[in-house]
Amino acid sequence: MEILVCARRVPDTSENDIQLNSAGNDIERDDLVYSINESDNYAVEEALQIAAKFGGSVTVATVGGEDDEEILRREMAMGANHGVLISDDAFAGSDGRGIATVLAAFVRKGRYDLILTGVQADDGAAQVGGMLAAMLDYPFASLVNSIEILDGNKLKVGREIAGGNREISEIDLPCVLSIQTGINEPRYVGMRGIRQVASIPIPTPSAAELGIDPATVGEMAARVKRIDYFVPALGKGAEMLSGSREENIDKVVNLIAAKGGLK
Amino acid sequence: MARIFAYILHKAGVADDSAAELISAARAIDPSAPLTAIVTGFGADLDVVCSGLRASYAEIWKISNEVLAYPNAELIRQALVKILPAGCVVLAAHEHFGIDLAPGLSIKTNASFVSDVIAIEGIEDSHLKLVRQEFGGQVSAHVRCDIASGVVITIRPGAFKQVENAAVNGIVVDKSSEIGALTARRRYLETIVAEAGDVDITKHNVLVSVGRGIQEKDNIGIAKELAEALGAAVSCSRPVVDAKWLEKSRQVGSSGKTVKPKVYLACGISGSFQHLAGLKGNPFIIAINKNPKAPIFQVADVGIVDDILEFLPELTTKVQEARGVSVK
Amino acid sequence: MVESIQSVPHVSSLLVQARILLLLIHVLGTACFVYIIARRLVPLFKAQRDFRFDRPWQRLGRVGKFWMGQWKHPRYPGAGVMHILIFAGFILLATRAFALVLGLADTVAVPANIGHIYDIVKDYATTIVFVCMLVAMIRRLVIKPARYAVPERYGKGHPADAIFLLALIALLMVGDSLFAASKAAFQTRLGQPEEFLAVLSLPWMFKGVLVPASLSSLQHIHFAGYLLHDVTFFFLLCYRPFGIQFHVETSLFTVFFSKLDRGTLKPVRWGVPDEQLEQVKSFGVKTFEDFTWKHMLDFYSCADCGRCSDNCPANAAGRPLSPRFLTIKARDYAFQHYPMFGKARFGNSGNGKPLIGNLYSEDEVWSCTTCGACEEECPLLVEYIDKIVDLRRGMVDDGNVPQSLQKPLKALESRGNPYGKSEKKRVDWSKAKDFQTMCEVKVLDGRHADGVATADTLYFVDSITAFDDRMQSIGRATAKILDHVGTNFGILGAAERDSGHEVRRFGEETLFMALRDHNVEAIKNSGVQRIVTADPHAYNALKHDYKDVPPVEHISQFIAREVKAGKISFKPVKDEKNVYTYHDPCYLGRHNQVYDEPRDVLDAIPGLNRVEMKRCRDRSFCCGGGGLMLFYEPKEEERIGVKRVRMAAEAGANVIVTACPFCMVNMEDAIKVAGFEGKMTAIDLTELVDQQIAGDVQADTDERNEVEVQPDEPVLMPWY
Repeated sequence: MEILVCARRVPDTSENDIQLNSAGNDIERDDLVYSINESDNYAVEEALQIAAKFGGSVTVATVGGEDDEEILRREMAMGANHGVLISDDAFAGSDGRGIATVLAAFVRKGRYDLILTGVQADDGAAQVGGMLAAMLDYPFASLVNSIEILDGNKLKVGREIAGGNREISEIDLPCVLSIQTGINEPRYVGMRGIRQVASIPIPTPSAAELGIDPATVGEMAARVKRIDYFVPALGKGAEMLSGSREENIDKVVNLIAAKGGLK
Repeated sequence: MARIFAYILHKAGVADDSAAELISAARAIDPSAPLTAIVTGFGADLDVVCSGLRASYAEIWKISNEVLAYPNAELIRQALVKILPAGCVVLAAHEHFGIDLAPGLSIKTNASFVSDVIAIEGIEDSHLKLVRQEFGGQVSAHVRCDIASGVVITIRPGAFKQVENAAVNGIVVDKSSEIGALTARRRYLETIVAEAGDVDITKHNVLVSVGRGIQEKDNIGIAKELAEALGAAVSCSRPVVDAKWLEKSRQVGSSGKTVKPKVYLACGISGSFQHLAGLKGNPFIIAINKNPKAPIFQVADVGIVDDILEFLPELTTKVQEARGVSVK
Repeated sequence: MVESIQSVPHVSSLLVQARILLLLIHVLGTACFVYIIARRLVPLFKAQRDFRFDRPWQRLGRVGKFWMGQWKHPRYPGAGVMHILIFAGFILLATRAFALVLGLADTVAVPANIGHIYDIVKDYATTIVFVCMLVAMIRRLVIKPARYAVPERYGKGHPADAIFLLALIALLMVGDSLFAASKAAFQTRLGQPEEFLAVLSLPWMFKGVLVPASLSSLQHIHFAGYLLHDVTFFFLLCYRPFGIQFHVETSLFTVFFSKLDRGTLKPVRWGVPDEQLEQVKSFGVKTFEDFTWKHMLDFYSCADCGRCSDNCPANAAGRPLSPRFLTIKARDYAFQHYPMFGKARFGNSGNGKPLIGNLYSEDEVWSCTTCGACEEECPLLVEYIDKIVDLRRGMVDDGNVPQSLQKPLKALESRGNPYGKSEKKRVDWSKAKDFQTMCEVKVLDGRHADGVATADTLYFVDSITAFDDRMQSIGRATAKILDHVGTNFGILGAAERDSGHEVRRFGEETLFMALRDHNVEAIKNSGVQRIVTADPHAYNALKHDYKDVPPVEHISQFIAREVKAGKISFKPVKDEKNVYTYHDPCYLGRHNQVYDEPRDVLDAIPGLNRVEMKRCRDRSFCCGGGGLMLFYEPKEEERIGVKRVRMAAEAGANVIVTACPFCMVNMEDAIKVAGFEGKMTAIDLTELVDQQIAGDVQADTDERNEVEVQPDEPVLMPWY
């Protein structure tokens, strides 16, 4: 089974404090640590587990520039067989649709049975997977939290839906799935592993090599553009209690009682 | 002006709250544009939903087909592609179905796509200005979207006001025959219901809810004691479940349970929208968090900046005194 | 007329002359033994190398102290004294045993005086060993000390085997005694000068019983006694390598080859320097053969006494780790897979099954806090920490790391601290408003143009003290102390990275080396001549894991010295009703044997009441672990730290003094969980010293909750 995972390098938001920069047009990126998007990492781990069980290889691809190579190396250290950096100046400023267009061209040049992406990245758009599937005309399932290979032609997938329930469907291969965090427990990748893959060549196909018309990607073709970042003016919000802890506790107990919480 | 279509989610004959929210969103785009509800399904339930929508939508397109009895985004997308006019605006709720349906739909109809929108500012020469959030809700962004060839927009549930009374008498149009043959390359099998767990948090009036701020599994006991003193139950946000400190059945949020308590104590919860999405019915929210800038303080009724690991045990003692229970 | 008892070799009551029978027994027995030992050595030849032949005189000294001197045994007085007696008996009787076996007992003439003294000694030795065997059997069968018990998950115990062996040794004594007694009885009957038997010894008592017997019976008993001793001797010789008694043969070697350098870790591969590590295919121990030969020797040598597990804090807390069974399981694995006959049994895989998942569970290996209590207790000096670290290296190499540890490791890689905070924030603790006016902390950014360093002392802060809100007060207190005596010191600031001490002990050697190399470079650039730290983990790292750095000392040693020199004096404690106890941090106390200096400092504070907990000094009970251990979520019944604060309460203390920020975290946490809040507090040595130093203007730099004094309750230490 040939598996492709489409990944992205993002600022690590779980610990980082995201602040606006002084110009107000971007976030402050100076002190940020970047890593592979969390759900993409789960997707790679899932791909590795599937390949280990059923044979085949795992390719991790990203659309970007030099800086993005590090996530490919990390995933190769994790066990991915190939890393591909799809890079071209023409791609700069692409919106989600543009990225999906590039990825679709890449997929058409190869033969992949299964394509995985993470559910969403730092912008929370949750779009590339679904768009890619539609461009390739492959069936799609999002929020996947379990995969079972039924045979060479189809899978059984579980999707995370409301209330913690799981929707189980059968889906034909080749297909695109967006993977939700928590589907597995990704293995650890240490510095040693990364050093061991440090010199493996990573191909960098360009727009021309993939037969992409530059007019369909990049800033000019982007239909959705972010104008700025801002932090909304805080509304009235909560009534903040300012007394001592004891006073606050007393007030809380009274409020709970008043609202019918102390029966 | 392009037509606006709102995709309606429903269950057991009742339309989802988002149906009323999509109307606000549509009005924010263009109050004068014709708004049509699209409902897919099968059988009596579908008919009930459609007739119920007549009070708020001027036109309701009903698509009834046995294969659509369970909402399968792959099939519904094919159906919509067949019946939607070019260049229209499609609105849907940003939840598990919308995430499944919308991006692909935008490609198939050659429309633009923007997801998880929290505010719409209006149209400016075939560009729509909207507001989204990024980085887990830490910053907001103004976004400009070219809608010349149409747009598919998913809106965040709860971000737009519910329009209670649109005072219309809508007509139901049956579009079932126009969808043609649908190829099912994804086939629904079953839904596995989440394990009941020992406690049903949806049945409690008071919830003591813990988030990442509880810091470790052993501290959950502090919340349990308070819950016991209050006759309440312990619930939590997603990170607590991911860390396996509490079972999934305790999670409040978009991927967890929806609760409607009278009183909700948010302890060490930052207040992400996914969590708040599970809080319905306008409960009285008391938030305690070490971080004065935590988003929860925007939505809570009362806020206290304090360390929950110290605040809660003292609160428990006070509650026990108030109830006349002997302090251990 | 029978002149004398017939010496055994000449007995020919069987068809064959006894001489030939005995020769057969001896040759066969010895050959068997040699074969068994050779088979037991097979896995050691497949094992990894281990450099243990250096410093032979030091090693011999240890043999004298720990093997001959049984140094560790009295730590458990009951069993300890008994073992010393048994061991002494064995050594003393060894001569006798060989003499018997070689048939020299009757033939070789020993100079009378020495002979007599030896005879007395040997008779009593025989008796004492025999009595000890009986006592040991009663202990096993009746008293059943808790540490011998085998919890279900580790398999079955072998009580019958233990009794069997004890009985055999007793039989050995009986055989020898019958041999001697019967000869003496024979001689008595004939009125000859008898073989000297010590009064009230076993042979003496046997002789008393045997005297009435007929001469021919005595002859038979004489032969039977000899045969019994002989056969039992060789049987034991060949049986011992199949169980815990193997330690009788291996203990000498285990002690000789034992680790000389406390606090250090074995390299990933002996003989492979850091620069060449890239070429090593696989890091750590994944299969049994990845252990070094010395580690395998350790497995053979375990006497299954349970002292290690009895002192293991993880074991006490109910975590799945028992050092004893770590060893016994490996030993059983060796016995099973390297049998006496036939090839090593591996099944299909080439080189042994993976240990993790088959022999050991992951939690078992991650549970260890590396406190070293097990190594401190073991009378055979069996090593554990190196094995645990090697097993962890193997798991890290395979990517098998618990999710809760992956995050801090990733943060350490990208930010140099487990919290993921920016390096620039490493100086924030020194910028606290009130503190800054009192004490300026220099950041050593590098040499000045004229080559003069900006400070001669480096205060190595390390991550927890730099970033943790609570622990930053330790940093401030330390800085104030250094300042008080006029030390010209500075910190590395943003150039500092985590010392990597736990990173290394959690098996992430490559990440550790990256942190270490960065720190060594920064330290060199700072131009300092010495290093001081308040963090015992950093102390141990700088002392043992790092090379080519200036000498390092812990702040307690620094303070003790300054107190002695009169540069620091203290004002009396505010309330004499508080009872203090000092908790020895593992990496200051046990691993580096700094026990006295902190105590000297405390004792120099007037009016300070100090008590010792039962487990103190080298028996100190770990707080629960530091560094990455704070991020690990173990399955346990009760927290290690909670057990420790209970010990403090038991000792009558209401203030625990520690000298390690990780101990502080665990103690304060445990005080809350144990429900001692308001009744007990914890304070770091530096904080206490800073508070009590005479001659400084005290400002309220660190806000802490003022504990209320309640009447009729012990007065609590106000902390400000």
